[in-house]
Amino acid sequence: MKLSKIFKNAFLIMLTGLVLSACATKKVTNQMQGDVYTGKDTVEYLASGVADRVFFATNESVLTTASRETLRKQAAWLRKNSKINVVLEGHADERGTREYNLALGERRANSVKDYLMTYGISGNRISVISYGKERPVDSGSNPLAWSKNRRSVTVKAN
Amino acid sequence: MIRRIKLIIIFFLIYTNHALALIEVDITRGNLNPLPIAVSPLSIDKESNDGLKKILKVKNIGSEISKVVENNLLTSGLFNPLSKDAFLQKADIAHLKPRFEDWALIKAQALITGKVIFKNDKLRVEFRLWDVLAGKEMMALAFTTVPTNWRRVGHIITDKVYERLTGEKGYFDTRIIYVAEEGPKTQRVKKLAIMDQDGFNTKYLTLGNELVLTPRFNPTNQMVTYLSYFRNLPRVYLLDIETGVQEVVGDFPGMTFAPRFSPDGKKIIMSFAMDGNSEIYTMDLENRIVEKITNHPSIDTSPSYSPDGKYICFNSDRSGYQQIYIMRSDGSKVKRISFGKGLYGTPVWSPRGDLIAFTKLHKGKFYIGVMRTDGSGERLLTENYYQEAPSWSPNGRVLIFYRETKSDSEGKGFSAKLWSIDLTGYNERLVDTESDASDPSWSSLLSN
Repeated sequence: MKLSKIFKNAFLIMLTGLVLSACATKKVTNQMQGDVYTGKDTVEYLASGVADRVFFATNESVLTTASRETLRKQAAWLRKNSKINVVLEGHADERGTREYNLALGERRANSVKDYLMTYGISGNRISVISYGKERPVDSGSNPLAWSKNRRSVTVKAN
Repeated sequence: MIRRIKLIIIFFLIYTNHALALIEVDITRGNLNPLPIAVSPLSIDKESNDGLKKILKVKNIGSEISKVVENNLLTSGLFNPLSKDAFLQKADIAHLKPRFEDWALIKAQALITGKVIFKNDKLRVEFRLWDVLAGKEMMALAFTTVPTNWRRVGHIITDKVYERLTGEKGYFDTRIIYVAEEGPKTQRVKKLAIMDQDGFNTKYLTLGNELVLTPRFNPTNQMVTYLSYFRNLPRVYLLDIETGVQEVVGDFPGMTFAPRFSPDGKKIIMSFAMDGNSEIYTMDLENRIVEKITNHPSIDTSPSYSPDGKYICFNSDRSGYQQIYIMRSDGSKVKRISFGKGLYGTPVWSPRGDLIAFTKLHKGKFYIGVMRTDGSGERLLTENYYQEAPSWSPNGRVLIFYRETKSDSEGKGFSAKLWSIDLTGYNERLVDTESDASDPSWSSLLSN
């Protein structure tokens, strides 16, 4: 009985250690959550506090909670600046075939467009272009670089 | 712009002996014992050589043409061209009547001899293929053309020899269109480029002002379809290589991409992306009638026709991930055919009809492979960090594709190059290009 308790405690301590070390590794790459980029390195601003881009998971075009927050700020800014039109540039990372990535970039930019439209921005003010994997912002071949490249960037068109 | 290539070939069969084919090369297996072949320099008289030297700035056109043939035979992986240093017989005499014992002594099983004459501003090339062991002539042909076409003469000779010895059409008198790349990864400059299959005669067809991708040859002529970002509108274009005239064919209210010709060259099949959905469409080039082929909220792209035009293979993520599907050419009877582990893309139907080549991504590695048209018999030919976009040689025996290398965090170490590999999985080779290169497409034979 006593022995099993010791084992149990030892196990718990080991488990805590594992969890802590997992946290530690996460800290090293705390610019990513899952494989979605959450850092600010490449982000530019349409206006103070209005980030220009959102990031995606591999092969995904679903908007994360953070992305939706960014896009709500973009929508608010676009409502205030009703003369400004935008181009949404959809991109993919280099780990996919060229043609599929063109389609994926288009799908990503359109999921941004759809979200902006639900916040009252007219589709006439938004155009979409996909660059597939042709225009990375980070030229590295590593998971962090790829996460920065899986993006949709909102660019002023006028 | 490319000037129309003038080629007047007058074939005449001097003498052909089909009766006894003692030498045969089996191309269905990886060839570990390439056939020893002697390519004698083509002989040329002094007067002809002086005349051609002025026009072509080549020291001895006879030996240059034989080098073209030799290099083609070597890269095919099926032949082992023997060193000229060991040749005992003079080129002009060998062409009349080889001393077969001399050629057998250096272990040649086949011998190519020839003769070049320059007359009335025309280049006339004669060649003979000999079976050394049987002591017989197997084939004799002559061509007449303009002197500047001399490399093509070498390619045509190789095609004839290849066909005679393997029983299948060659792929040497062909060209490759591809995307020439330069500059940093974040601002890559891309131009359409075309070259002979052996890497010579490179010409650039666009200036690099706009992004261009995925050029593909019309299988029936020298037209090309590709994607251009001209005026920042990604659209499918058509280019006539002979006249240099370009026109947009995929002018839809959104991006058109992934174009390919139908086997009869009369239609372009492509993807059209709108509102986050990519579908496959065809456009008839004569009457410009557009047809929608797929209808699904997923990504449908990279279409490629079967050689009889009855089926289309394509790439779709309707199952959740990229997989290969086939359907009838009217879009009915859609069927998934790839079921292995990993993602599959860029399906391309073999010109022989029996196989589909593809790119596969599995556990962080990229593969070029082939499978039967029902998805069975998957065979991976090559594994690498990154490679994709296979294109078939016109005889369906070789695949050309592009490969990228990994870069460090500063982007250093990156390169994109063309590679070829035999369907057997053997004979993997770097295809030399002047700059970095991607998206290769193999033409059909320029002459037959």
